[in-house]
Amino acid sequence: MTGKQPFEAVVARHGATVLRVCRAVLGPADADDAWSETFLSAMRAYPDLPEGANIEAWLVTIAHRKAIDVTRAAARRPLPLAQTPDGATGAGADNPGQAVGLGIGSDLADAVAKLPAKQRQAVAYHYLAGLPYADIAAIIGGSADAARRAAADGIAALRRAFPGATKEPTHERRGQ
Amino acid sequence: MTADELASELAQAFPSDSNDLARLHARLTSAAQRDGILDVAYRTVDSPVGPLLLATTEAGLVRIGYASEDHDAVLQSLADRISPRVLNAPSRLEAPARELGEYFTGRRRSFDLPLDWRLAAGFRRAVLSHLPEIGYGQTASYAAVAGLAGNPRAIRAAASACATNPLPIVVPCHRVIYSDGRIGNYLGGPEAKRTLLSLEAAA
Repeated sequence: MTGKQPFEAVVARHGATVLRVCRAVLGPADADDAWSETFLSAMRAYPDLPEGANIEAWLVTIAHRKAIDVTRAAARRPLPLAQTPDGATGAGADNPGQAVGLGIGSDLADAVAKLPAKQRQAVAYHYLAGLPYADIAAIIGGSADAARRAAADGIAALRRAFPGATKEPTHERRGQ
Repeated sequence: MTADELASELAQAFPSDSNDLARLHARLTSAAQRDGILDVAYRTVDSPVGPLLLATTEAGLVRIGYASEDHDAVLQSLADRISPRVLNAPSRLEAPARELGEYFTGRRRSFDLPLDWRLAAGFRRAVLSHLPEIGYGQTASYAAVAGLAGNPRAIRAAASACATNPLPIVVPCHRVIYSDGRIGNYLGGPEAKRTLLSLEAAA
């Protein structure tokens, strides 16, 4: 009888996607912590995961919660002066900080970082993790239509902010 | 820009390269170990009998797998029989890797490693637990081994215990041959068995 695959195979198959999602949702500085917390928590729960569960959706769900934890922890800790000249806006969920040192695509990363949290999450979970909007709605709350609208609004804002993404009109429905 | 192009632009904007993933994997491994949830750790080592898979639990070395057994299949069976919380964690297997290296270069004649016997049960386990009594460079017959385990007539069962030894090399089933001198079957193939026997004869 063959049951669950070794957890190593889960990390090998989904590690890269979860890291992209963490970087998109949180920015590069906190992504490592979120990734680590996500996989540690997933590994703890893995033996009890029902057979046939959608592992990618499960991991993104955990990553979403861990990202919220990491953001809260970041908001509580004192921030270096250089990052918050006015002292008023912390690295909250709506402002994950500047994406630095990413090289190619960093303009787009900056534009993603400036999106409101729900839009940023919907864009990351749909376009980076490939989840359908029904799954995304279960993760971020609200209806599938609302998740679809959040992603569409996010994409529209990216196209405005990032010239490379404004070439053409669009069919951005992917998956469901 | 199509949705797919957009997805690929986003993937470029949020890279995840293999160095980052290797670093995060190492961090996960030590955190899992710290929290006591790394149920099975494994690594592979090269050897004169091909790449070997080494796997350990908290209790000790639990499995050595030959390439001919298909390492992925061995890992899946460990996930099924012990726990799916399995990670590639070479640092957890430094001692077995070192002792095997010493053995293959003729500098070690017996192993001094904690062993987890959970993959062998009953009479098979009794047979296997007596195999280290066959000294380095010696051989014994299946009948003699059955006798060591307390049932000299259980030759077939002794042979089957050797054929399903979860810890070959360290538990020296390669030293068990037919009483007429035929080398007999081996998990890693007869060639591997011959290699081990001539290594021990030469040292």
